Amino acid sequence: MTHAQLPIQRRFGETLRRDAWWLPPLTVLAAFSAFLIYGTWSALTSGGYTFGPYFSPFHAPELWGPTEHAWFGPQPAWWPSFLFFPALLVLPFPGLFRFSCYYYRGAYYKGFWADPPACAVGEPRTTYRGERPFPNWLQNLHRYTMYVAVAFIGLLAIDAWKAFWFLDNGVENFGIGVGSLVMTANVTVTAAYTFGCHSLRHVIGGFKDRLSGQPVRAACYAGCSKLNERHGLYAKTSMGTMIFTDIYIRLCASGVITDWRIF
Amino acid sequence: MSSASTTTPADSGARDQTFKLWRGEKGTGEFQDFTAHVTDGMVVLDAVHQIQAEQANDLACRWNCKAGKCGSCSAEINGKPRLMCMTRLDQLPADQPVTVEPMRAFPHVKDLVTDVSWNFEVKKRIAKFNPRKPDAPDGTWRMQQLDADRVQEFRKCIECFLCQDVCHVLRDHHKHPEFIGPRFFTYSAALEMHPLDESDRVPALKNDFGLGYCNITKCCTDVCPEHIHITDNAIIPLKERVVDEFYDPVGKLVKIFSRKRGA
Repeated sequence: MTHAQLPIQRRFGETLRRDAWWLPPLTVLAAFSAFLIYGTWSALTSGGYTFGPYFSPFHAPELWGPTEHAWFGPQPAWWPSFLFFPALLVLPFPGLFRFSCYYYRGAYYKGFWADPPACAVGEPRTTYRGERPFPNWLQNLHRYTMYVAVAFIGLLAIDAWKAFWFLDNGVENFGIGVGSLVMTANVTVTAAYTFGCHSLRHVIGGFKDRLSGQPVRAACYAGCSKLNERHGLYAKTSMGTMIFTDIYIRLCASGVITDWRIF
Repeated sequence: MSSASTTTPADSGARDQTFKLWRGEKGTGEFQDFTAHVTDGMVVLDAVHQIQAEQANDLACRWNCKAGKCGSCSAEINGKPRLMCMTRLDQLPADQPVTVEPMRAFPHVKDLVTDVSWNFEVKKRIAKFNPRKPDAPDGTWRMQQLDADRVQEFRKCIECFLCQDVCHVLRDHHKHPEFIGPRFFTYSAALEMHPLDESDRVPALKNDFGLGYCNITKCCTDVCPEHIHITDNAIIPLKERVVDEFYDPVGKLVKIFSRKRGA
């Protein structure tokens, strides 16, 4: 069958759509760029990312560093100070998880690559190879980044739990500060995003054609599917909560605002 | 106030509306303006029929059930792929002309009609349902509703091919020979995830049917009149099955090991 009669490809941006089709990709471009730039800036800073029991999610876990949160103590003597950015050692892992996430892929192919700019809107290029050639097929390794991202949720949850333990006159007491709630909200939303991951949904039960007779697997699959329905929403919200948590801690650390202790 | 009290339900929103309908044959043509007397309860197909009856008897338009169940009246209304019979005029801007053009992913026949026979050829290439041996001596099978739930969603498809039309891989890049499109990924998923089916379509999906061309823009999901979650529930799970077979050596080893242990 010949396709000679198919309509000629439309020019970039050409469409008969009447709605503001350009707004969602533009918003994605702005929001993702802001998240990328802010996250990188935060990771490159050497202080201000902790306040009392609070710890910025952009720096978690701190492998080496000046704070009590550091796993392996302070900066090693052999590590030159001008290259000492320990957050850059950990941030690529959740970063790659988001980069290869199915939601983000769909969004940034539109927002950053205009492939297509929006549904039923003309594209800038005539050639297209999809996710088949190298390096695009590396997106298929998303599940490996998912395994690491699930571990990171555990680490963020530990940090959120620690945010409820305040040092009062040398004694560690349970308490609730606004920062404790901010950190808890952040890990909750980020967990909702991570546990709704398409790859997790697959390895947890999606790869099977029959889930009957396996009630635990079926329940996990159902839970994952439920979160997956709003995967994009949780992805966007968790970017916001991460930035908000970091800013809150930095403002507290710099004395601009006072952390209100509720309990 | 007085005019409102005298208006009958049939007259509500009565107005003259301009329609720009694509007229022409085999890929050539132009938009032609018509004015139809419409009311709020009408759908685009009503107006097209009115124009056909009163102003353009030779207007070609495919339709059948007028209830959103036959999938015949697919077109592009104000630039968006939609069913003409399910698009109410009160959902469209009344102060602007309503544009109606044929689907752009398939060869044009005449006016609003396209040749969608390519889709039926594609369907023949997909391995048919291949059930396991019957469970009972009377030649019947036993299946749990839980296992059937997932594939039942795909059975809602009315084959309107709007998802094929909006997919930029077909629409803009004309990859028809190497890409089967969202409709047939959904069809493949319905077979591949069927609890009784034993065929493996995954290698064909990767190598022959162009699953890797899909870059998850979700346009197919957006236009589906049956609200099938094409991307999340069909295409991405199939992509994950491709990962199982071709990109995840660790997972493959785990499955072989657990199968041996279970044996």
